Amino acid sequence: MTKASNIASTTKNIVKKHGGDKSALIAVLQDIQETFNYLPKDALKAAGKYMGIPFSRVYEVATFYNAFSLKPRGEHIVKICMGTACHVRGAASIQDKMERTLCIKPGETTSDNKFSLETVNCVGACALGPVVVIDTEYHGQMTMNKVDKVIGKLKAEGAQS
Amino acid sequence: MKKITNALELRQVQDDLQKTYDPNKQMVTICAGTGCRGYGCIKVKDALEAEISRQNINVEVRATGCFGFCEKGPLVVVHPQKIFYQRVGEKDVADIVTRTVMQGEVVEKLFYRDPATSETVMKEEDVPFYKKQQRLVFGSNGIIDPTRIESYIAIGGYSALAKALSEMSPEGIINEVKKASLRGRGGGGFMAGTKWEGCRKAHGSPKYIIANGDEGDPGAYMDRSLMEGNPHSIVEGMIIGAYAIGASQGYIYVRNEYPLAVVHLSMAIESAREAGLLGKNILGSDFSFDIAINKGGGAFVCGESSALFASIEGRAGEPRAKYVHAVEKGLWDKPTVLNNVETWANVPLIINKGADWYASIGTEKSKGTKIFSLVGKINNTGLVEVPMGMKLREIIYDIGGGIPNGRKFKAVQTGGPSGGCIPESLLDLPVDFDKLYEVGSMMGSGGMIVMDDRSCMVDVAKYFLAFLQEESCGKCVPCREGVRRMREILEDICAGKGTEGDIELLEKISQGIADGSLCALGGSAPNPVLSTIKYFRDEYDAHIKDHRCPAGVCKALITYSIDPEKCTGCGMCIKVCPTQATSGEKKKAHTIDDKKCTRCGACIESCKFDAINVK
Repeated sequence: MTKASNIASTTKNIVKKHGGDKSALIAVLQDIQETFNYLPKDALKAAGKYMGIPFSRVYEVATFYNAFSLKPRGEHIVKICMGTACHVRGAASIQDKMERTLCIKPGETTSDNKFSLETVNCVGACALGPVVVIDTEYHGQMTMNKVDKVIGKLKAEGAQS
Repeated sequence: MKKITNALELRQVQDDLQKTYDPNKQMVTICAGTGCRGYGCIKVKDALEAEISRQNINVEVRATGCFGFCEKGPLVVVHPQKIFYQRVGEKDVADIVTRTVMQGEVVEKLFYRDPATSETVMKEEDVPFYKKQQRLVFGSNGIIDPTRIESYIAIGGYSALAKALSEMSPEGIINEVKKASLRGRGGGGFMAGTKWEGCRKAHGSPKYIIANGDEGDPGAYMDRSLMEGNPHSIVEGMIIGAYAIGASQGYIYVRNEYPLAVVHLSMAIESAREAGLLGKNILGSDFSFDIAINKGGGAFVCGESSALFASIEGRAGEPRAKYVHAVEKGLWDKPTVLNNVETWANVPLIINKGADWYASIGTEKSKGTKIFSLVGKINNTGLVEVPMGMKLREIIYDIGGGIPNGRKFKAVQTGGPSGGCIPESLLDLPVDFDKLYEVGSMMGSGGMIVMDDRSCMVDVAKYFLAFLQEESCGKCVPCREGVRRMREILEDICAGKGTEGDIELLEKISQGIADGSLCALGGSAPNPVLSTIKYFRDEYDAHIKDHRCPAGVCKALITYSIDPEKCTGCGMCIKVCPTQATSGEKKKAHTIDDKKCTRCGACIESCKFDAINVK
């Protein structure tokens, strides 16, 4: 099976799971992203086809919501909380440091596909601020020193395996 | 759980469960809210369970929702004595089990210590953070297991629903909610009862009920904690609301960033269905209602009602003009009631205890309690529930414990990106919907972000506009272009490129945005700027006229230097500086080359001697 047809058939199953109802588009896209880690173009086309929604509208929804990514994302998703509480506790300098450490800007992925950097408006864990969420793990009271440690540890894990 | 078919049977089940869930039995509760999970509470819980099974004793370890005192997590309470332990680590577990659980002794080192008096506090209710609170909606969070419906039913859960279905008419419920003067907790503060009445009277079917859990205000997380810690209270409120307006389908719209809330709500809905409290013929009546969960896509504007409807319908979340109100034409153009999560959680209380009791709490026009998330530069970060009308000063100093590191209070920001910054001179303001509005801010969903003298108010205004520009859906020009223009002006001011007349221009654009925007996101977007201009104009002037940032935040307007008296020449700042701006010999005072320095703050963080000056 080619990669494109594989994506299309997986998407078809996702659409089926949601009953094919047009209002389920966002949920379908969420599941597609969970499966592929991003929204492949072939999946968007297939979703439109099986749900009877024009591709232009699928694209509109896929680009409207911040949670969706049209580009493949790295193995680890690094999310920096930019909520107000984190902001007054120095989230901007944590972001600067993270950008320097990973050599990428928010929305980008490292060339080795190891890390993607994202900013998020508030993760609702304000006591831990400034907070960085890596995959599902919360790292609280972040400092520039901790950025080095946390990222260094993840890089080392990858090197071993 | 087996199906419950009428109100009497529910009472029977409650009586039976109370034996299993006896509050006087020995038990250890541990906060498993997102904050404490960040501190590693799940490891502590696992260790507690392992230790208890190793010691071969029969004591339940219950992972509950958020206790609220997030600053001191992980939090553990040993019942029935209610001994309160904070900052508990895995290493403390053996002590807790052997000494407290088995021998009834206390582990004093884990007690909360009052920084003012240095005295330790043993019980949760005696901790100053909790003392002035009135935890009506939020209180059960710390005692129930949110993943088990039995735990909720045992504390009287779903008895309001049973009462509503068996003793009250839909009109009677609406009247009760109106009499209680319950106002929407999501921001607008609209009367919930009036909304419900409008929807009941509206023509068209089916009718819909929605819980807005798209808690987008940065710095507010009370809805998250309710959805995670007490999901059944929201579900119960919604079922009562559905019965009152005649709805058959409900939705809970949850923010994309709250995965645990989705899990707990899904479990709650599933188990309520199993118990016959949701679905067809609820509690044996002829009333049927069900709830589905919709996960948001991470768009702030979807907290706005018409954008939220569009999102549930599977479209991009763009607001529309509301010539016809949602109670008549909402979701799929059908009559719809949309209330915030916290509003729904208040409903069972009103039905159980009555409107008169509810209306006796709070101020003249804002009844009941409100949960605030007290965050930012504050000693006791956490969720606090207080009666409406409590003074800001009491919340920030008596409950919040004041400002850390001996710094000075500057402002408290309420109402999220639509709200404003309130200065020290207004600290005696009683907090309710109307009072906050009068001073140029608003309630919003209840975020209270405290700022000290190291927070720059121009930078804060810029921060909110950057937020709003990113989140503007782009549908109408005043918001899309106006907010962008205001952000550019503020960026210039922060970069030292401000010019005379900028403030007046900001005020003029603000007027245009407020008048010309379609939805509340745009309409209230200028608030953070207008309120900071109103109360902190001197800071704007310092940036524009003197090219100075008094708080030491705006990078273009500050310089770093090393205090030779304090510097020990340890070399840490040289090690961490990314631009090699710091230099000097070992054990001699170092210096910073201002031309190379990017004001990243790495040296400040690394210096143990507080030797870096920012001016």
